[in-house]
Amino acid sequence: MKISFKVNGAARELDAPPLQRLLDALRLVLGLTGTKEGCAEGECGACTVLLDGEPVNACLVPVGQCQGREITTVEGLGAAGHLSPLQRCFIDHGGAQCGICTPGVLISAEHLLRRNPDPDDDAIREALAGNLCRCTGYQRIIESVRAAAVLRRADARDVGDPRDVGDARGARDVSHDRQEAP
Amino acid sequence: MRGEATRIGDGINRVDGRAKVTGQAKYAAEFEAEGLLHGWVVSSGVAKGKIATLDTSAALAVEGVVHVLTHENRPRLAWFDKSYRDEDAPAGSPFRPLYDDAIVYSGQPVALVVATTLEIARHAASLVRVTYKTEEHETDLAARREKARKARPGKGGYEPPPKPRGNADEALAKAAVKVDAAYESPAEHHNPMEMHATTVVHEPDGALTIYDKTQGVTNTQTYVSNVFGLKPDQVRVISPFVGGAFGSGLRPQYQVFLAVMAAQVLKRSVRVTLTRQQMFTFGYRPATWQRVALGATAEGKLEAVVHEAIGETSRFEDYVEVVVNWSGLLYQCDNARYDYKVAELDVYTPLDMRAPGAVLGLYALESAMDELSYALHMDPLALRLANYTERDQNTDKPFSSKELRACYAQGAARFGWEKRLPTPRAMREGNKLVGWGMATGIWEAMQQKAAARAVLSIDGKLVVGSGTSDIGTGTYTAMTQIAASILGLPIADVTFKLGDTTLPPAPLQGGSWTVASVGTAVKAVCEAVREQVFKLAKKMKGSPLAQASLDEVIFAGGEVRLARDPAQAVSIAAAMRAGEAFTLEEETSTLPQLQEQAKYTRATHSAVFVEVKVDEDLGKVEVTRVVSAIAGGRIVSAKTARSQILGAVVWGIGMALEEETLMDHDLGRFMNHNLAEYHVPVNADVRDIEVIFVPEEDEVVNPLGAKGLGEIGIVGVAAAIANAVFHATGKRVRDLPITLDKLL
Ligand code: FES
Ligand code: FES
Repeated sequence: MKISFKVNGAARELDAPPLQRLLDALRLVLGLTGTKEGCAEGECGACTVLLDGEPVNACLVPVGQCQGREITTVEGLGAAGHLSPLQRCFIDHGGAQCGICTPGVLISAEHLLRRNPDPDDDAIREALAGNLCRCTGYQRIIESVRAAAVLRRADARDVGDPRDVGDARGARDVSHDRQEAP
Repeated sequence: MRGEATRIGDGINRVDGRAKVTGQAKYAAEFEAEGLLHGWVVSSGVAKGKIATLDTSAALAVEGVVHVLTHENRPRLAWFDKSYRDEDAPAGSPFRPLYDDAIVYSGQPVALVVATTLEIARHAASLVRVTYKTEEHETDLAARREKARKARPGKGGYEPPPKPRGNADEALAKAAVKVDAAYESPAEHHNPMEMHATTVVHEPDGALTIYDKTQGVTNTQTYVSNVFGLKPDQVRVISPFVGGAFGSGLRPQYQVFLAVMAAQVLKRSVRVTLTRQQMFTFGYRPATWQRVALGATAEGKLEAVVHEAIGETSRFEDYVEVVVNWSGLLYQCDNARYDYKVAELDVYTPLDMRAPGAVLGLYALESAMDELSYALHMDPLALRLANYTERDQNTDKPFSSKELRACYAQGAARFGWEKRLPTPRAMREGNKLVGWGMATGIWEAMQQKAAARAVLSIDGKLVVGSGTSDIGTGTYTAMTQIAASILGLPIADVTFKLGDTTLPPAPLQGGSWTVASVGTAVKAVCEAVREQVFKLAKKMKGSPLAQASLDEVIFAGGEVRLARDPAQAVSIAAAMRAGEAFTLEEETSTLPQLQEQAKYTRATHSAVFVEVKVDEDLGKVEVTRVVSAIAGGRIVSAKTARSQILGAVVWGIGMALEEETLMDHDLGRFMNHNLAEYHVPVNADVRDIEVIFVPEEDEVVNPLGAKGLGEIGIVGVAAAIANAVFHATGKRVRDLPITLDKLL
């Protein structure tokens, strides 16, 4: 079945079995491996993406249901060469360790901050309740999101609505990283 | 940090952070290959017996299925056990996937379906029909305890229990105050969030490039070469990012075996990823039974320590870990006796899991110490201090350093321990019972042989490499920081490479020895480069350093400066240009100073203080506060170090309250093999955790003075929580995890 949808702002078209998991369409067909798989059963949140702005587990969504819809993955956060406030703060505050849960956590947190620019710790915990992390012990994830909320509010005062960050931009080459795989 | 030099000990950001938050970091299942095939593992549904029939015809009939590998059609494999032994193998005969028709545990791989897409492979795998001739299996440790036997040593790093000293049983009988109890802990699975996966790229010349989830690329390379009869230089193993492992990647797991076998047979590139369920079909922390008996004088001086343990193992290997030895070295006591045995079950071989052995032994010992404190009407911390030892009585050696007293003092002060009311159930908040508990932790500080290479180029960029790994621990960051500090370069100008067998070899990443081992090699190789630079700087025409010696200069800001007059300086670039050196390269291998180290016991220590709140009606336990004070030698990278301890404390919470892989003994199979029913700690389980690193200098452990932090953070946490639960409720739960049903 031919499916066309938008991924990180760019129109994409693919020919896939309608029951293919969105997760596999992203990772295996489109090469967007930023979205991770931790369980395939909707239990870990590693595969979280935004579907029309709402967080979903990409391991549970058949790609056939995505016709005409908009998907945001971790690759779509931030602008070309620039990190989003959440990405920045996850680096500064140690919110990522092994990094496998990080894309899903970032997406859930992005969704939270879009609706609630000033969440308290309980709201952050609640928003990230579906994201398991085996490395950090969560404390630094909470600290990172808290810091990002502050940064976003500051950015919003300076440059306008932070909700624009991460949307409406196509898949792009995020600037080089020295530790990139060979 | 750009432009500034970094020092060892600074808290810098994770250098691979950017790759991780942008989704650019690539893990084993994410490497592409031309014409990549996908493998799906078919797992045995029975625990013991033989495969009677194996019908793959329906699977093979599916369009897109390329092959189904089974024991019936597998290629020739190595014959001898030694070919299958890896660096972390215990004594015995390692498991051989698809070797013959024997089933030795439930979940054993019995076939690999290889297809052009993942969907086809998964579907076809469901069509493989296997029947079994089952045999009686035994999977219950409690039922097999009587048959436990002495373990065969042979696993690297394993120390059998020390000889007894004094007469512990007699001293126990005579002791004024004693406790004697059994403690049980269940099997636990590592459950890194990334599933084990391997992508094997079949190169045109027949060589293999293997992207594997592993804690040691060399280990995988050696294993694959030996098993499949390949030359090591035909097998390149790469593993730049690992999505957590905690021990699960110490041994090559069966997915790498199957992926390589398929690639060899089909001459194609193949990827095999395990499912979460299949993550429960290899190593785990063994279910363990322990008995600890302590005898003391009425004043609380220990007179006798008896520690016995029985751990489960498989029928084919003797998994061993150091459970009981710690009890004779943590406290002063002249009479000590140990026993450690294994019981064979029809299960897969257990595997090192974060702080293997110690985490169990200290759970029992530190619970028993707590019980003793109540029997003595003595404060639990005061009891530990009354029995503090400056000498390891197991070996009769001093500690190379031991700032445990400072851990107790600083941890207690930060926690507010002196406000604790001694009686159980005395502290409450509404309908919540409040409990405070504490425990001590200990882990070995080890160093292994390691090698590193460094290349400094004239533009001031330094590239350092070693075939170690970064399982999320922060190896990239710590090594970059060590290298940058030695050559006085900004972090941005230093690149550290790891996880590749073309780099100089490093030991497995385990045992908390990576910084001590690889860090020492990185330090040495960068010092060698530094010396080369210095020689060039001295030789330059009119060099202000012409008369200086190496210890009179500092490296900072890309320059070599005279320490007493930093204005007298030569830039590294100028020195290299003058010497016509476009690059300076060094490779070094470092060994521990065995003779010197052997004079001491080398260990990290910790003191953990915990507050729990227990809902009196529901029995629900919340860990509301933890203070973990660590004596881990010199801290190399402050931020990643703190992260290591925070994460490990939460592992301790999981162990104490949640984690348990439940075996259905009728089926001989783990039942809760998914993340919905195997409970790892979630966000809501974690409140306030504080980490204190007490200053500790140690010139014996290694030239960096760093002791390693991966394990120590979890050791003692489960006991501290169990002790806090007792203090809150007056109930002593001696089998983990402490679930609410046990408190009601
Ligand atoms: S992979 Fe989708 S929730 Fe775990
Ligand atoms: S950082 Fe490893 S699972 Fe979260």
